[in-house]
Formats: sequence, C-alpha cells, structure tokens
Amino acid sequence: MTALLLHRIHFGFTITYHYLFPQLTVGLALLIVVLKSIALRNQDERYNQAARFWARIFAINFLLGVVTGIPMEFQFGTNWSQFARVTGGVIGQPLAMEGVFSFFLESAFLGLFLFGERRLSPLAHWASAFLVFLGSWISGYFIIVSNAWMQHPVAYRVLPNGQYEVTSFWGLLTNPWALIQYAHNMSGAVITGAFAMCAVGAFYVLEDRFSESGKIFLRVGVVAGVIACIAQIFPTGDMQGKYMAKHQSAAVAAMEGLFHTERGAGIVLLGQPNEQKQTIDNPLVVNDVLSFLIYGTPKAVVEGLDRVPRDQWPEPLPLLYYAYHIMAGLGTYFALLMAVAAFLLWRGKLFATRWALWPLMLSFPLPYIANTAGWMTAEIGRQPWVVYGLIRTSAGYSKNVSAGNGLFTLLGFMGMYSALSILFVILVYHIIANGPERAASAQVAEPFTVA
Amino acid sequence: MGFIWFWLVALMIVAYVVLDGFDIGVGILHPFLARTEEERQISVRTIGPVWDGNEVWLIAAGGTLFFAFPLLYASAFSGFYLALMIVLWLLIMRALGIELRMHMEIRVWRAFFDGVFFISSLLLAVLYGAALANVIRGVPLGEDGYFFLPLWTNWRIGPEPGILDWYTVIGGVLALVALALHGALYLAVKTEANLQLRARSAAMYLSVALLGLTVVSLPATIAARRDGLDNYWAHPLAFVVPALVFGALVGIMVFSRKQDDRKAFACSCMYLAMMLVGAAVALYPRLLPSSSDSANDITIQKALSGPHTLHVGLVWWAFGMALAIMYFVIVYRMFRGKVSLEHGGYGH
Repeated sequence: MTALLLHRIHFGFTITYHYLFPQLTVGLALLIVVLKSIALRNQDERYNQAARFWARIFAINFLLGVVTGIPMEFQFGTNWSQFARVTGGVIGQPLAMEGVFSFFLESAFLGLFLFGERRLSPLAHWASAFLVFLGSWISGYFIIVSNAWMQHPVAYRVLPNGQYEVTSFWGLLTNPWALIQYAHNMSGAVITGAFAMCAVGAFYVLEDRFSESGKIFLRVGVVAGVIACIAQIFPTGDMQGKYMAKHQSAAVAAMEGLFHTERGAGIVLLGQPNEQKQTIDNPLVVNDVLSFLIYGTPKAVVEGLDRVPRDQWPEPLPLLYYAYHIMAGLGTYFALLMAVAAFLLWRGKLFATRWALWPLMLSFPLPYIANTAGWMTAEIGRQPWVVYGLIRTSAGYSKNVSAGNGLFTLLGFMGMYSALSILFVILVYHIIANGPERAASAQVAEPFTVA
Repeated sequence: MGFIWFWLVALMIVAYVVLDGFDIGVGILHPFLARTEEERQISVRTIGPVWDGNEVWLIAAGGTLFFAFPLLYASAFSGFYLALMIVLWLLIMRALGIELRMHMEIRVWRAFFDGVFFISSLLLAVLYGAALANVIRGVPLGEDGYFFLPLWTNWRIGPEPGILDWYTVIGGVLALVALALHGALYLAVKTEANLQLRARSAAMYLSVALLGLTVVSLPATIAARRDGLDNYWAHPLAFVVPALVFGALVGIMVFSRKQDDRKAFACSCMYLAMMLVGAAVALYPRLLPSSSDSANDITIQKALSGPHTLHVGLVWWAFGMALAIMYFVIVYRMFRGKVSLEHGGYGH
C-alpha cells in the first residue's frame, strides 16, 4: 500500500467512525429541545421524563463524539501536512471558530443540562438544553464551511509563498455550497435522531413495557422524521444535486454511472459500473429522468465522463457510484416509511399497527448507513482533488510520515474504536433495557458525571 | 501581528495546561489518595463537570495554531506524528475512564476504568512535558520545513534525536510532578476530611520534589540549548519570569504549610504559567528551532498566515474568548465549594 492510500484510509476511517456519533448528537439535541418545550408549555411531566431518558443516551453518545472528534482536528497536520500548510489560513479559521464558539458553549451547558435539573428553574433548564442544541448546530456549520471550501473554493487568493488566504471572511462563511450542504446534512442528522427515537418507541410499544413513554417517542419521532425525510429529498437533496451538476459535473456523471454524454439521459436505478468497457452491467434505467432532475426538462444534455480528462475521474469510481445509490435508495425508503407512519399516527392507528411498528424498530441503523454513504459521495466525488480544481489529493498528504507509521496508527485506531463500539452498545442497551422510569429514579440516586 | 498571535497562542496553551493540568493531576493521584469507593467517587466528581470544558482549550489552541501559523502546525504535527497519535489515544482513554466508571455498577469495571484514568493521565503528563522539552531542544528541520522524529533513538541529544532523550525525559518527569502537585492542591481545595489531609501531605512531598527538578532543569536546558538564555541576556527584565517560577514554588510550600489551600493552588497555577511563559520568552521569535542549522528554524515570520486572515481572526477571537470566559465563570460558580456525596454531588 502506498503512503497516499494509507493516509486517505486513515482520515476516511477515523472521520467515518467519528461521524456516527455527531449525527445522533445533532438530531437528538433538537428532539430533546422539542420534548423539553412540550413539557414546559403543557406542564407535562411525562415529556420531562422522556427528555431525561434521551439525555442519558445523549450523554454517552456525546462523549464518544468528543473523544473521536479530537483526532480529526489533529489529522490535518499529522497526515495531511502539505495540504494544511497551504490552506491553514482558510480552513484553519472555521475549525478554530468551531472550538471557540461551539465547543466551549456545549461543554459548559451540557454539564448544567445533565445535572442541573433540580437546581435550575424549568425555564433555565430548558435554556441549557437549547444552548447545547445551539452549540452542536453551530459546530456543524463550521465543519461544513471547511468542507465546502474544499468542495467549492470561494473568496480566496494565493499569496507569493504559495499559501491560500481568505479575501472575504463573509464570502467564506456564506459559500453557497456550504448553505446547501448544511441544510442537507443537518436534515440527515435529524433523520438519524428521529429513527433512533422511533425505534426505541416501537420497541417499548411492541414489547408492551414502558409503552406510555414509547408512544411519546413515536409521536415526536414520526413527526420530526416525516418532515426531515421529505426535506432531505426536496428541497435540500434536489438543490445539492443541481448545484453539483453545475460545479462538479465529473462527480455527478460518476455518481450516476453516466460514461457517455447524452441528450435525455436516463437514471440508473440498479446496475454495476464497468470501468473498462465504460458501461453499466445489468442496468435498470428509467429514460430521460436524469436530464429532468438536473435541468427540469427531459431532453437536456447531461455531460458524461467522456467530457472529463481520464486523470480527473473521481476514484475509486465504483465506490462513488454505489455510495450515491445507497444514499438515494435509502432516502427514498425513509420518506415512504415515515409517510406511512405519519398517516397512521394522524388516523390514530399507529400504536396498534404492528406491521408499521416492526420496520420502525428495525430501521434505525439505516440512516447511519445513508449519512455515511452521503459523505462518501461528497468526498470521493471531490477526488482526485483535495481542494477542487486547485490542489490534488496526491499533493496534500504528509510526505514525511511513512506508510509504515501510517499503518501503525491506523491499526491502533481500528483497535481502539472496536473497543469503543462494544462499550457504546453495552451502555446504550443498558439504558434502553432499564427504561425511562428507571432512568429518572436512578438519576436521583446517582447523578452521573458526564460533562 | 506575529507578535500578537504568538502570545495569544501561548496564552491559550497556558490556559489549557493550568486548567486541564489539575484534572490530569487528580487522575495521577486518585489511586493513591482516594482509598474507599466513596472517596474515589468524590475525587472524580471534583473534576466531573469541568474536565471536558478544560480540554476544549486544547482544541481551540490547536485550531488557532492551524490558522495563525499553518507551517508550524503542519510541520510539528507531522514531525511529532507518533507522539501525537499516542496523546490522542490517551485522551480518548482518559475521557472514558472518567465518564464510564459512573455508568458501571460492577466493581471490577469501576476498578478497570479507574486504572485507565490513572495510566492515561500519568502518560499524558509525561508526554506533555517531553513535548515542551522537544520544542526547546529543537528538531532536525529540513530546508523544506519538515522533519520526522522516531519515539527514541539513542537517548542522546545529537544529530539524530528521538522524541525521548535524557533531556526530554527530565521534562516529562518534571511535568508529571508539577501536574500531580497541581492536582493535589486542587483536591485539597475541593474536598474535606481524610481525602483533604492526604492531598495536603502529598502536596508537601511533591512540592519538594518539584523544587529539586526545577533546579535541575535549568542547567539541563542550557546543556540542551546553548543559546537558550540569549533572549534573557538581551532583555534582562525577562529574568522576572524565572524569579516568579521560584517565587510561586516558595508560595506553594508556605501556603500549604499554613493549610491555605486556595492560595497554594493559585501559586501552582502561577508556577505552570510562568514555566510556559519562560519557555516562550526563550523561543521568541522562533516557534520551532532547528537542532542543527538555525537557518531552518521555523520563525513567526516564516509561518505566519496572510494579513487578512489574521485581522479578521483577531475580531472573532476576542469576541469568542469573552464568551468562553463567561461560560467558565458560570460553570465554576455553579459547581463551586467542596464536593461531597450527601448533598447530591456538589455541596455548597
């Protein structure tokens, strides 16, 4: 394995694992604020109990997000030092701002939210939940701004020493790519949170244990879920696709498996890309749809990979193609499932409809897969560039860190993260098995110390 | 601009060491000082609501370094690759050790997480000290501004140094003792009864050891870097800093004998801050000196970001820091006073 490939896998593995946690943090932070708001408005203690239950899961999830997140900020320097050296003046800025504006806020108010309930007034406790939510959503924006600049560099100039510098700070923060990507990404995180809440709710209702709490979880989870699932496709996914087609046409062609430029391009639903023959094997295609999705008219010309110089094809191309199809396929399934669940909830039949509760319980891992696949689409789609059109990925990694050293630490992270996964599953399962009522009483006896 | 950002980054590192230093110190000491389960719970709870916020200073300092001095960030982080990765693993383990003991009602697991918390805190302290010593000693920088250090070579300061050699090991031991002392004084402030008494007596022993190590570190530093005192001779006023280091040490000893724990802890903060400032004064205007050819030194001027970045940065940095300090005041006020179990965790 070459050092370049190892450094790519190093960052790819650690960021993929890391993002399993923040997506739930971001989604749950919003849903906990919803629960606390209902509790405060209606003076309904059941919603406070529900919020306490989810706060316990949130705390463990947040902890794992923090510990797996710290390595990310360091890896720009450790594994991607040539890239960091020239772009620090641009993307170092939002990353530093994330620490200063978001992490201080989150760490301070999470402590108050988790053990301040009996010491704070209901309104102050609601406010601490809200500030934790605000911190996590601000954090997401700064990360997206950094990534969006790599996808679609704006507001920069090159200094004589080869370093990039921001020419307009405001321009960097309002990169159109960042705004679209942020909306799409945050809605994806809400889907993860909503599916987690629905899964636990469906489990309690099916099991007929804690089913009162289970119904609250389902109500909040389904309503949030149906809104987020629709927003994920339209407008956010639609805008992202159109904007990408304009600025990263090579990525879109590779995602769709469009090897040849076509008028009235069809959309490939299934099939395996064959790079040698430049075709799709076993294709299942719907005519004209791709042209319509991108340009709003079925006869528009969509540029294929044949318009892109071979050394600028995203690679690994089949992985990009599959990642995109998995994301889009799952997204469609989420919207259908949540629409059905929302209809049943509206008719008052959801809690008795076992055939709908089962998929709601079993589907919670799928948003993790879809969000991961979405990020893989974005990141592999950007290849072979680390900053699109400006810096090649092969010119960004740390030349002074050998493949042997890279593999050593990659294996170290894999081992450590395996242990983390086991701990996480045990702890969260424990909380779910104990149930919301136990969580409330246990907290009185033993305030836990996550801060 | 370079001067301002050099001292702002230094300030953030000082804040990190002073704040996270005491929770690392608690980790190093708690297996020895807290003998019952109840005492262990109390000692972990003294840092429970604050350690995470303290650690954010590391992230914030790292990010600030990244955008203000990208060359330094790129060169140092890749050059100290192995040590940094180990630091990251230790930070992960330490966080789990602190947080997860409370989620486990099984004694074996609690003992396990206590052990994880202890070992990771101890090794972190040693590595932080060694890291600072590496920066003072210098590294074999190439003309392209990069280097790569193995963890150790022959333990000597030569043309091919490792991250660990006799000098950086002294730095590591010094940091270990200094942070353990810092933690002992913090525990004395935050606890009562037996735990407090043991923390005080640990602080007495540790402060004597720290005085000895601090004295040893001076000739060792001059041996490792012959030009280490040049800035001091050029500006003799700077000798105030080492004087304050020793003043703080004396203060720690005097106040802990008088059982004035708060003042002793304040002196320990001063000691850590002045040690770091002393190193920064010696380095200025270098950020990372070369161990062989001073033409390859990474200086402020070489590493500084573009002017627009730094001007804008100053505005949001000042605003963000004001907010951060406000949060810290709120949290530390909220959880002030002695920690005991009876009053639901945090007594008043």
